[in-house]
Amino acid sequence: MPDLSFVFAQSLSGLTAAMFLFLIASGLSLIFGVLRVLNFAHGTFYMLGAYAAWQIVQWLGTAGWSFWFAVLGAASAVAILGGLVERFLLRHLYAKDELYQLLFTYALVLVLSDVAKILWGTQQKGVARPPGLEGATTLLGATVPYYNLFIIALGLAIAAAFWFVLQRTRAGRFIRAAALDRETLGALGVNVGLLYTGVFVLGSFLGGLGGALVTPVRTIVPGMDTEIIVEAFVVVVIGGLGSFWGTFLGALIYGQVLAFGILFFPRFSIFAVFALMAAVLIIRPWGLLGRPLK
Amino acid sequence: MIRRIPWALIVLIAAFCVPAFGSRYYTFLANDIVIWALFATSLNLLVGYTGLVSFGHAAYFGIGAYTAGILMKKLGVSFLLALPAAAGLAALAALVFGFFCVRLTRIYFAMLTLAFAQIVLAICFKWNEVTGGEQGMPEIPYPDFAGFESIGAVIPFVGGWRTAEYFYFVSLAVVAACLWCMRRIVASPFGRMLTTIRENPERAAFIGVDVRRYELAAFVLAGAFAGVAGGLFGIFNRGVFPDFAYWNKSAEVLIMTLLGGIHTFFGPAVGAAVLIWLNQQIVSYTQYWPLILGAILIVLLFVFPGGIAGAADALFRRLSRRLARA
Repeated sequence: MPDLSFVFAQSLSGLTAAMFLFLIASGLSLIFGVLRVLNFAHGTFYMLGAYAAWQIVQWLGTAGWSFWFAVLGAASAVAILGGLVERFLLRHLYAKDELYQLLFTYALVLVLSDVAKILWGTQQKGVARPPGLEGATTLLGATVPYYNLFIIALGLAIAAAFWFVLQRTRAGRFIRAAALDRETLGALGVNVGLLYTGVFVLGSFLGGLGGALVTPVRTIVPGMDTEIIVEAFVVVVIGGLGSFWGTFLGALIYGQVLAFGILFFPRFSIFAVFALMAAVLIIRPWGLLGRPLK
Repeated sequence: MIRRIPWALIVLIAAFCVPAFGSRYYTFLANDIVIWALFATSLNLLVGYTGLVSFGHAAYFGIGAYTAGILMKKLGVSFLLALPAAAGLAALAALVFGFFCVRLTRIYFAMLTLAFAQIVLAICFKWNEVTGGEQGMPEIPYPDFAGFESIGAVIPFVGGWRTAEYFYFVSLAVVAACLWCMRRIVASPFGRMLTTIRENPERAAFIGVDVRRYELAAFVLAGAFAGVAGGLFGIFNRGVFPDFAYWNKSAEVLIMTLLGGIHTFFGPAVGAAVLIWLNQQIVSYTQYWPLILGAILIVLLFVFPGGIAGAADALFRRLSRRLARA
């Protein structure tokens, strides 16, 4: 019987992982919800966010606020890249079969991850924790780094902000309307093209933000993109593609299953996650909180 | 008139002549191509003929490779039994996974096939005792060609071939037989029904077709042929490794299929040949093959959505119209 503080530490680390995943998967889910495009390149945007943050930290040094500038700068750069991709390439494929959109985003994965290799090489990179968040505290007998607590708080804050924007603002109403019926929305005089670009930019921003924020706790390596995209897929599929709260729930479940799965079957914890995903897809193909597609 | 020429037969005969005229390198390249041609054509049973986009077809390729590899290396089973076993186990896995997958449509179908492929990958990676885990299984033996060699030594111009060349002939024969089977399948009433389902599943259901059962049958067939391709590839590659079931293999075979053209039977085989040849040309100049592949894919999607076969068909039609006018 594992003691309580261990269980607590394990669940908290699961929660931290869940918040990172939520940040990334919410962008993926948002884009799918509105554009109906499953963006394989979302993981690559995350990786580019990480590299960009590292690069900016190299330029600015590690003192003071530079880490936070790097995070914002990296996320914005990725958002701009996302906007360009949507505006000049992806847009021309909306009328075509889903297969073409899927393969286009996969082509982006291939191209962008090689570009990252050309720009930054294959050496592992890391970023120090920002000043003020280096230490750790003890909660219920478990050691918890401040940075993890910050990520949990930030994840919750972003979830709340997301909810507010979607439910209480005009742009949020358009986004929800576009997810339901884009033709009608267009007929009502809303610039759907611009809305799509905006959503893609926002989704890419979230991916880049996740990548930038993860740099103090995970090493930056080529291949981190495919790793995260598969995880993000699992999260959105469990929660429901396009569903905001579904993504949140999916991330929480994923984090806990992974954190505790390692205890019970260390070698097959990833297997547990995929089995869970397959089970959800069989029982509720549209995810726990999602809606069936028309 | 051009259409009357038995192209498939000509290509087959030419392929059989490769070891006699080409160097060992060309035999190696041709062997790679024929195996991938089978893999891509098996995927096209789903993508092109049934309208199901599988993003996890490498799972069945991997299962076939591991089945044949384990049987031949660890248990010393003959190739003649190991290859059907590879097809059988891949088909069985496709039956189990497919049972769930065909319940979903479009993007969800693609994602579930990917999820199952990841499960297969996880098993290959972690089940060290059976699959060799991360290290995979190197040194899969070649089939026993002693009989062939003694025959080959007597026939003039034929003797002196190595095991690799004999294996090329065997894989060519197996692939040709499989392609012939698939050609018959898609031309059969069953195959026509798959096309009907691709065009309009609702209408197919409306006239009393059990759409899911047909889709599942197609999924199992595609899985079995992918298993054969995997079994051959493990031997050809002299080893079986977990990345056989990795999702970039699934994507690669999908790209081949699309590159060749999903609306023709031999399109995917052409796509496999072009992509493998291109890969061999390019990797000697640069390590950034994915970048090139991505660029090819983007051009393909935007400029030639019908693939090589689609583009050739359009060109051919334009030419024949011009000839008719003249």
